[in-house]
Amino acid sequence: MELHEILKQDLRYREAVNACMNCGMCTSVCPAAEFSDYDPRILMNIIQNEDDEQIEELLKSDYIWLCGQCMSCKTRCPRNNVPGLLINVLRRYSQELGYFTESKRGRQQYNLHKVLNGNILNQGYCIIPESVKPELHPEQGPVWEWIFKNADDFYDRMGANLHKEGAGVLRKIDDQDLQELKNIFKETGADELQEKIEKFSEKKAEDLGYDTDSEEGMQQYFLDVFKGKI
Amino acid sequence: MNTTYKVSKNYHKEIAENNFYYARSCIRQNFFPGSEVTFLKILKDDLNKTIYDDPHHTTCTGIGYHSDVVPFDTIQTVVARQFSLMSAQGLKNFVASCVTSFGMYIEITETWKHYPQQLEKIRTFLKKATGREFELPENIAHTSDIIYNNRMIIAGKMKFPLINHKTGEPLKIVDHIGCHYAKMFPEKGEGGAEFTQVLQGMIKAWGGQTVDYPERRHCCGFGFRQYLVQANRGYSLSNSKKKFESMKPYEPDAILTNCPGCAMFLDRWQYVMNEMEGKRYGKDNGFIPVFTYEEMAGLVLGYDPWDLGLQMHQIDVRPFLDKIGVKYDNDKMYKTKTGKTIGSYTPKQCK
Repeated sequence: MELHEILKQDLRYREAVNACMNCGMCTSVCPAAEFSDYDPRILMNIIQNEDDEQIEELLKSDYIWLCGQCMSCKTRCPRNNVPGLLINVLRRYSQELGYFTESKRGRQQYNLHKVLNGNILNQGYCIIPESVKPELHPEQGPVWEWIFKNADDFYDRMGANLHKEGAGVLRKIDDQDLQELKNIFKETGADELQEKIEKFSEKKAEDLGYDTDSEEGMQQYFLDVFKGKI
Repeated sequence: MNTTYKVSKNYHKEIAENNFYYARSCIRQNFFPGSEVTFLKILKDDLNKTIYDDPHHTTCTGIGYHSDVVPFDTIQTVVARQFSLMSAQGLKNFVASCVTSFGMYIEITETWKHYPQQLEKIRTFLKKATGREFELPENIAHTSDIIYNNRMIIAGKMKFPLINHKTGEPLKIVDHIGCHYAKMFPEKGEGGAEFTQVLQGMIKAWGGQTVDYPERRHCCGFGFRQYLVQANRGYSLSNSKKKFESMKPYEPDAILTNCPGCAMFLDRWQYVMNEMEGKRYGKDNGFIPVFTYEEMAGLVLGYDPWDLGLQMHQIDVRPFLDKIGVKYDNDKMYKTKTGKTIGSYTPKQCK
C-alpha cells in the first residue's frame, strides 16, 4: 500500500485533514513555528499533495518532532483541520517503519519510551518523584533538590501516601492493577510499539558505534540522545 | 456590547453538582501533592460533597500518548478501565485532576460518539485484557470546574479575600488556563478557548482583579517531549518567557493556573531566567508567585499555607501572603507532621 494510503487508515487522519486551504492561521498561533523551523501550514500542504517521496522524507526528518502538542491549531483553523493531531499519526508511522532513528529528534523516542513506559508499567504513573533526578533537571532548582532528598518526610508532611498501600497521593498501585495495565498494553499494540522502538534504536546505536550488547552501551546512547549530542 | 460575556455565555458547560469519581494527576501528585489533598478536603469539609478517591485507578497514560510512545487504542482502553472503576462504584460524574487527562477523556468520548465501531473495539479490548465492562460517564469535569461552580459558596466562607488588606485594593491576578482544557473542544471548557472563565470567575468571586494580558492564551511550553528530553527544553523556556514578557507591564501580584504542569513551569522557569539572565518579571524587579486554584481556594478559606504545600514552590509565596494578611509560621515550613526538621533551603525572594 502507498504511504499516504497507510496514513489514511488511522481514524485520526480523517479527523485532522479537512480540505486545508493553506491560509496559515495555524502557523500564526503555533508556538513551535515561532521558536523553530516547524510550519503546520507546510505540513498540511505536503500531506494533501499525497506525494509519498515527500512524506517519507518528512517521516525521517526532525520536522514532525518539533510540534509541542498544544493544539492551538485546532482552535483557530476555519476548516477544522488539526495539524497537531496529524502529527500523532505521522509520528506513529515514523516509529512503525523505523524512520524515527534517521533524525536527531526522532531518536529521542528511545528516551521517552524508556522513561514513560518504564514508569507506567512498573509504577502505574507517567512520572514519579524518583524519575525527576536533580542532576538531569537543573531547572527544578534548589526547592526540588530539597524535596527529592527528603521525599519520604516531605510527601508525608503533605498528606500524601508515597508508595504505600491504600488510596491517596502517589500511593502504591497494587500488583493486580498493574497487571491489568500490562494486559491492556499487550492487547492493544503498545508492546509491539515498544519492541519496535527498542529494535530500531539498538540498530541505530550499533551503526553509530555503541556497544549494544552491554547495558552500559545503551545507557550511554540514552544519555547522548537525551542531551542532544547525537 | 459586552463581547466577553456573549462569548462565555455561548460556552457555558454543564458541571455536575455532587457524587464524583476522582481521577488523580501524575504531575499534580508529584509537584503539588498538597493541592490534591486540599481539593478533597474542600469538597468534603467546606462544600459537603461526596467524592470517591479510588486506590485502583492508574495514570491515564496521557503524557505517554502525547509523547507518542503509547498508541491511541491503548490510551482509549486505559481510559475505558477508569470508567469501569467508576461504574463499579455506581458513579456517573467523572472528575479529572489533570488538564492533559481531562483533554484525553473528552477527546476519547467524542471519538466514540463519532465512531461507534471504535467504542465497540475498545469494549472488546478491555474485556479481553481485564474482564471488565464499563458505562460512559454522564458528566466529565476538570477539578477546577467544580471549584468554579462552587466559587460563590467559597466566597461566602472567605477569611482572606484577594485584596491588599492594608490598602483595600483588589490584587491583580493573571491566569493561565492550560491548552488542553478548552483549545481542543472549546464547548467543554467554561467560557470556551478565547474567553475562558474558569479561573477568572474564581478571582472575581474572591475579590481580585483579573487582567486579560495579550499572551494569556499562549502555551506555557510544556510540549511533552519538548520538556521531558533535556535537549529540547529551550522550547519550553522560550514559551514561558513570552508569557512573562506579556504579563510584566501589568505588574501582577500572582499567577493563577489550571493545569499542574503549567503551574510547575511558570514557577520553575522564573528561577531559571533569573539564574541565566538575571531577569525577573514581577513588580519592582521581583518574582511573581504562582498558585494552583486549589491553593488559592485554600488560602482564601484560611487553610495554613504550609498544609497547602506552598513551600514546594521555587518562587517564594510569602509576599503574597503578607498582602492578603495571612499569618504564617516560618519554622513550620521546614517541619514534618511530628515536628522534625526536614532540612532547609532559601526560596527566591519576591519583592
